[in-house]
Amino acid sequence: MIEIKGLTKFFGKKPVVEDVSVKIESGKITSFIGPNGAGKSTLLSMVSRLLDSDTGEVLLETTNVKKMKSQDFAKRVAILKQSNFINVRLTIRELVAFGRYPYSKGRLTAEDNAKVDEALEYMNLTDMQDKFLDELSGGQKQRAFISMVIAQDTDYILLDEPLNNLDMKHSVQIMKILRKLVDELGKTVIIVLHDINFASVYSDRIVALKDGRLVKDGLTSEIINTDSLREVYDMTIPVQEQGGCRICVYFQSH
Amino acid sequence: MQNNVKKRNTVKILILLVIAIVSIIGFLFYNIQGSFSYAFPKRVVRVCAMTITGIAIAYATVMFQTVTRNRILTPSIIGIDSMYEVVQTVIYFFLGSASIFVVDRYLNFGTAIVAMVIFAILLYRFLFRADKYPIFLLLLAGMIIGTLLGSLVNFLQVIIDPIEYLSLQNRLFASFTNVKSELVGISAIILIACFLYGARLMRDLDVMNLGRDNAINLGIDYDKIVLRVLILASILLATSTALVGPVTFLGLIVSNLAYQFLVTYKHSILILGASLISIIALVGGQFLVLHVFELQTTISVIINFIGGLYFIYLLLKESRSAR
Repeated sequence: MIEIKGLTKFFGKKPVVEDVSVKIESGKITSFIGPNGAGKSTLLSMVSRLLDSDTGEVLLETTNVKKMKSQDFAKRVAILKQSNFINVRLTIRELVAFGRYPYSKGRLTAEDNAKVDEALEYMNLTDMQDKFLDELSGGQKQRAFISMVIAQDTDYILLDEPLNNLDMKHSVQIMKILRKLVDELGKTVIIVLHDINFASVYSDRIVALKDGRLVKDGLTSEIINTDSLREVYDMTIPVQEQGGCRICVYFQSH
Repeated sequence: MQNNVKKRNTVKILILLVIAIVSIIGFLFYNIQGSFSYAFPKRVVRVCAMTITGIAIAYATVMFQTVTRNRILTPSIIGIDSMYEVVQTVIYFFLGSASIFVVDRYLNFGTAIVAMVIFAILLYRFLFRADKYPIFLLLLAGMIIGTLLGSLVNFLQVIIDPIEYLSLQNRLFASFTNVKSELVGISAIILIACFLYGARLMRDLDVMNLGRDNAINLGIDYDKIVLRVLILASILLATSTALVGPVTFLGLIVSNLAYQFLVTYKHSILILGASLISIIALVGGQFLVLHVFELQTTISVIINFIGGLYFIYLLLKESRSAR
């Protein structure tokens, strides 16, 4: 379990995240949703120690994240941000092999190589593992990065808008893989999502933020309804049941 | 395929090594006139100085470019070599060329290095605060302070005694023809110490190619390592500057040639390649200066000329690929 306690972050004098406390349950997909500028990505960055919080703390199980050694933390929690600019030429396999760095420090053992093979297979990249990253489409590249995070073999996987710039097919593909990671391998996934319907269909729990504050935290079924969504987005959004999924039809809302 | 790339890189490194050795041998033995026992040791000292400088600059530049994530920067951008000019000019201006700080070369060397490294550390202390200020603020500030120091030097040089100025100027131009031979040994020791310390950072630097967020994700103490690399690069640049004077473009040329020539992200290989290219450029270049141009020009002029052209080429290439 990851416990977020009273996290606050100021950019200048403006609070971007303000006194957010929430518990993330293990073995579930938890989505962070909310309008632009709600502080979702900032919160995720603080949980994964990419960013220092001004006040508050993050507990992994019972240990304060700041007190953990970077290398040990990297074996427990993985984070993937949305922009990944790399100015060297790497093949997919080389990138994925970096996921083993917390364990091997760059000297890959047979076990590391097996984990890399597994991660490539999981993301369907085995056939093109020797292709260079700059030869790939956006969807393939995203898959390569997720594959690196899988090779890192952490209990917790944090993803910041992994569907950004992906078409429907690739988005569905990635969400299904995340679901598989949770259901088959028992991982815990925390994901920042913009498309509320992906959050509704694929996540177990939803944390909703607005203006840096926590507004809702609960099971997906408790959040995806017109009343709750109004609080988060200031919009009246009809929710329809479709094949067991709740779909928000927000296109003509106001 | 991975193995092929590795093999090809090994072959390329061997080729560079052979060229470097050939140019060193050529430089040492070509056309020795007069007393061998007089000329040869002098040439050995010069070759050592060039090798040390070449390696130090290549090493510093490759590391610096990785932590700044920019391939057209060199560590001199933060004004370390301007600091060298300041130290020398101030010494000449206030103490004169007969002072012990000029005459005792160890003292002069030590003062210059310490001043440059302190300058760099102060700059990092004040400006490098991880997520508060991005590294580019540090670079910009360094550039501006470097310019300020340059103007200060200029001012002092205008009002200094003209005879002192001539002897000062000698210090400020990169020159391999009159290397301070006493300093070669101590520079070599500093270089080796830097290598021993830096060896542990190589693999971390490989990961830092993936950017700050990914590197932290993989358990790298990113900001700590950036700081270490910046200080290491400052020491290396300070050493080479104090040994032969400022060689601005060399690092830029050799690092980028190494990136193009060796397709790898591994710093151990890149730094080895860049160092060898650097030795070839300096020793080969000096050979040309001596035997082709017959001392009508200096190596720093050649390096800055070729470096300038190459820099423009890189800018054009970058802007094309950015589109």
